[in-house]
Amino acid sequence: MSTHAHSDHHAHQGHGHDHGGHGGHGHDDHGHPAGAHGTFGSYMIGFVLSVILTVIPFWLVMNGTLDNATTTVVILALAVVQIIVHMVYFLHMNGRVEGGWSMLAMIFTVIVVVIMFSGSLWVMYHLNHNMMPGMTHDMSKMP
Amino acid sequence: MTTTVEAMHDRHVGHDTPRGATPPVFYVRDEHAHEAASTALGFWIYLMSDCLIFAVLFATYGVLGTSYAAGPTPKELFDLPLVALNTSMLLLSSITYGFAMLAMEKGRTGQTQAWLFITLLFGLAFLGIELFEFAHLIHEGAGPWRSAFLSSFFTLVGTHGLHVTFGSVWLVTLMVQVARRGLIPANRRRLMCLSMFWHFLDVIWIGVFTFVYLMGALR
Repeated sequence: MSTHAHSDHHAHQGHGHDHGGHGGHGHDDHGHPAGAHGTFGSYMIGFVLSVILTVIPFWLVMNGTLDNATTTVVILALAVVQIIVHMVYFLHMNGRVEGGWSMLAMIFTVIVVVIMFSGSLWVMYHLNHNMMPGMTHDMSKMP
Repeated sequence: MTTTVEAMHDRHVGHDTPRGATPPVFYVRDEHAHEAASTALGFWIYLMSDCLIFAVLFATYGVLGTSYAAGPTPKELFDLPLVALNTSMLLLSSITYGFAMLAMEKGRTGQTQAWLFITLLFGLAFLGIELFEFAHLIHEGAGPWRSAFLSSFFTLVGTHGLHVTFGSVWLVTLMVQVARRGLIPANRRRLMCLSMFWHFLDVIWIGVFTFVYLMGALR
């Protein structure tokens, strides 16, 4: 798995030198650790994809082509895709950077963010719902 | 698994010779190699913690974003063409920073500086447009004090803008560093950290324009 991934990386990036340092060593002499492996082509692919993924949601919202609920789902999905595009093509994120520790840190962060974000919205929505002004009136009639 | 690590280590030893200019004498060479690699991971972990800050602000906005206090709603306030312009500024600054990194890897100091300068201009354009938008909102009486929606809006978007501001300061600092010392390993490492920071801000902005502006305009 690891060997295959390495050779794939070499073929794709087309670097002439050895990237054996993904285990966490050997970045000093080239001075481009983790975040710096990119080519003109990969940056341009990322840029073009980002432009497309930015234009579509703006166009959808400004023209109002679809109904609101569908538009919301579509632009959220496109945002997720664009974040992944940025991670891959601009931040050069993959499972091999820093021997996988960067990816692990990111996965951990994403899990925490998802729990906290969806949890906050969920709890606060129900709180808002149950604490409507009408409720206090009902409560006052309780024995 | 162990075999793989051993093999990688062997390959690594093969090119463990000094090249280019002699490094500053702060570290013995082995320590230096370790330090450069751990900087990237450490900086990445910082970015992830920054991500948590933004997640909290996004959640706050998500909870309070519909509490208008009988004030203006996002649909009335947000100027989507302006946001689209702002988004393109940040996206363009991301790609020009990418070009600066490519020039850096080729060791072209002048080209790196030129791309960094263009990135700075796009960053400043972004900040200018954002400040114009904030001034416009405040002028219309839709300042952060108006409603919970606007408080959380200004906090979230303002924190992002503050990050871009400090990123720009950092960018100027690094341009001075590169002008004075050239593309030495330490400067390359710093440019790499700023690269991650800058692209990370663009990632956050994807969330901002989708969740705040576009979804706000849909309400």
